Amino acid sequence: MVTIYERKPGLSRRELLKRGGASALLVISGSAVISPQHAWGLETSALKPETMATLIQMARDIYPHDQVPDKYYAIAVKAHDELAGKDPAHKDLIENGIADLDTKAGSGGYRGLGWEEQRVALLKDIETSPFFQAVRGGLVVSLYNQKEVWPIFGYEGESYSKGGYIKRGFDDIEWL
Amino acid sequence: MAAPFDLNNDGVVVIIGSGAGGGTLGNELAQKGVDVVILEAGARHEYDDFVNDEWDSFTQLAWKDKRTTSGDWRVARDFPNLPAWIVKSVGGSTTHWAGASLRFQEHEFKAHSTYGKVDGASLLDWPITLAEMEPYYAKAEAKMGVTGTNDWPRLPGNNNFKVLKAGADKLGYKECHTGNMAINSVDRDDRMSCQQTGFCFQGCKWGAKWSTLYTEIPKGEATGHLEVRPNAMAVKINHDASGKVTGVVYADKDGKLQEQKARIVAVAGNSIESPRLLLNSESAKFPNGLANSSGQVGKNYMRHTTGSVYAIFDKPVHMYRGTTMAGIIRDEARHDPSRGFVGGYEMETLALGLPFMAAFLNPGGWGRSFTTALDHYDHMAGLWIVGEDMPRAENRITLHADEKDEHGMPIADVHFDDHANDTAMRDHAYKQGQALYAAVGATRTFPTPPYPSTHNLGTNRMSEKAEDGVVNKHGQAHDIKNLFVSDGSQFTTGGAENPTLTIVSLAIRQADYIANQMSEKSI
Repeated sequence: MVTIYERKPGLSRRELLKRGGASALLVISGSAVISPQHAWGLETSALKPETMATLIQMARDIYPHDQVPDKYYAIAVKAHDELAGKDPAHKDLIENGIADLDTKAGSGGYRGLGWEEQRVALLKDIETSPFFQAVRGGLVVSLYNQKEVWPIFGYEGESYSKGGYIKRGFDDIEWL
Repeated sequence: MAAPFDLNNDGVVVIIGSGAGGGTLGNELAQKGVDVVILEAGARHEYDDFVNDEWDSFTQLAWKDKRTTSGDWRVARDFPNLPAWIVKSVGGSTTHWAGASLRFQEHEFKAHSTYGKVDGASLLDWPITLAEMEPYYAKAEAKMGVTGTNDWPRLPGNNNFKVLKAGADKLGYKECHTGNMAINSVDRDDRMSCQQTGFCFQGCKWGAKWSTLYTEIPKGEATGHLEVRPNAMAVKINHDASGKVTGVVYADKDGKLQEQKARIVAVAGNSIESPRLLLNSESAKFPNGLANSSGQVGKNYMRHTTGSVYAIFDKPVHMYRGTTMAGIIRDEARHDPSRGFVGGYEMETLALGLPFMAAFLNPGGWGRSFTTALDHYDHMAGLWIVGEDMPRAENRITLHADEKDEHGMPIADVHFDDHANDTAMRDHAYKQGQALYAAVGATRTFPTPPYPSTHNLGTNRMSEKAEDGVVNKHGQAHDIKNLFVSDGSQFTTGGAENPTLTIVSLAIRQADYIANQMSEKSI
């Protein structure tokens, strides 16, 4: 199942400001989380779209890679929406976990905290909770196992189809 | 072609497991005209089917049946239901292994008399010596195409090796090379040479790395004396009133229980499953499990003292290109108690892909300290530590009191506590590994904790005296003369070396012994 669809930026700057505030990177529209700048959206079916937006921010705060766009964090946490649709206990785990983070963050909610350090401090407090463990444990596979992110890290993946590295740089180090 | 044997044929040797021990023993016996049935719990995936993707390959090949863990080892915390990273597939863990093929050192067969009494350790001398093993090591090296033996050249060094070698030179290490690898450096044995593809752990799609899957097994099948029965999970070994084993009950591909009659049974399911099967084969006659009058079945579980050191440099390395285990430093493998521990360790290059590096660099780790390491993945080099760990009676495989698998067999619990000697050795190796990379200009190094165990050893150990172990110098049960153990569980102690070459050598030697005993009608 394709979880992410590319879309044309559909929101005017004015609407964007109205909905998310000037600093917001992710916008909620109906049942979707939308990234106007990067022209993608993610529809949720079980979790609230606001919850998904916070989950995406939380995923980035757990495994922050500034060179990796939000889209891949969104793909990485999408499975929680699918699982929440099948398992009410999982839905509660995620919704309550995010609600708890928002409460701890104060009036602007988790996403309203401007500095990563502020958000990470909240995560540190819940690091041993089942909610945090469920998010982090799934993420370490679902983020780094996306073939699309590998080139960002300089990982080339399989080489068998290209005949291995025997003529493609297995021993090309020059700086030693 | 592969000979299908009748379930009631009680003249066959039944081998449980098709890896380094079982696959080799099966072929060696078949070559001598002995009829063999190998029961393999996993499916048969030929090398074309291997997947060069870490998680997909793990799904295809790994032994994922639930196990439980206890003890102070970090694996119990990070991977509580995955104590070992081994294989459930025809070929066993020879599909997954890296290929390092090292002989034990002479003193490692005499650990107790060399190291003396070590508190909290149940050290013993092996009932065999290096001199007795040498002819079999030579046969195994010839069979497996081990580089640096028999005039086969060593493999060329990849980038990860070159960094290791530069550091080894700076530290003054003398014995550093691309290893003795059961990976073809030239075309031989109808298999091609290494194409430096990486993904050695995921099964070699070229067939360049030795695995019983495409060497021993088809050769044995070609004799007409060997049948490999995949998807056949052994659950119990039966015996008669005299105490001789008579057959093996297994769950077939549909989960239906079958019994294959046997003249001889050889257990080679790796050091967690082999004792599990013996313990689960308890009976009125053998209330503590088969071959367990000593109480030693499942005890003395060893996993090698391991760990990794990864390092980041200001320039690219691309360590994942080429052979996964691409070189070795052997200087620390000596026994030299002045370092603060007995026994020694090898340092061998290792590379993980990005997905497994994320999972294993610092399990449970998160935040910028963790992610900035991965940000420089292509600037990383890495090595793996493999050293001798101390056998301890308390480190053991037991049957879970409550939890059972789909066939009704209790699952295995794996208990492991590090011995102080293991910790001292690991700390020494971390320090050396970090110094080595710093000497080449590393800007940051990572003493990475042990992965789920790949070298599982010792749980049916070989001993001179019946009360000290489970099997004799031929891997034959002290208690039951037609029952054998043919995998790494028969190791008396672990040595510093990767175990496969020794497992294969013992299997070749055991095949000679079994065939002789059969022709003499002793068993």
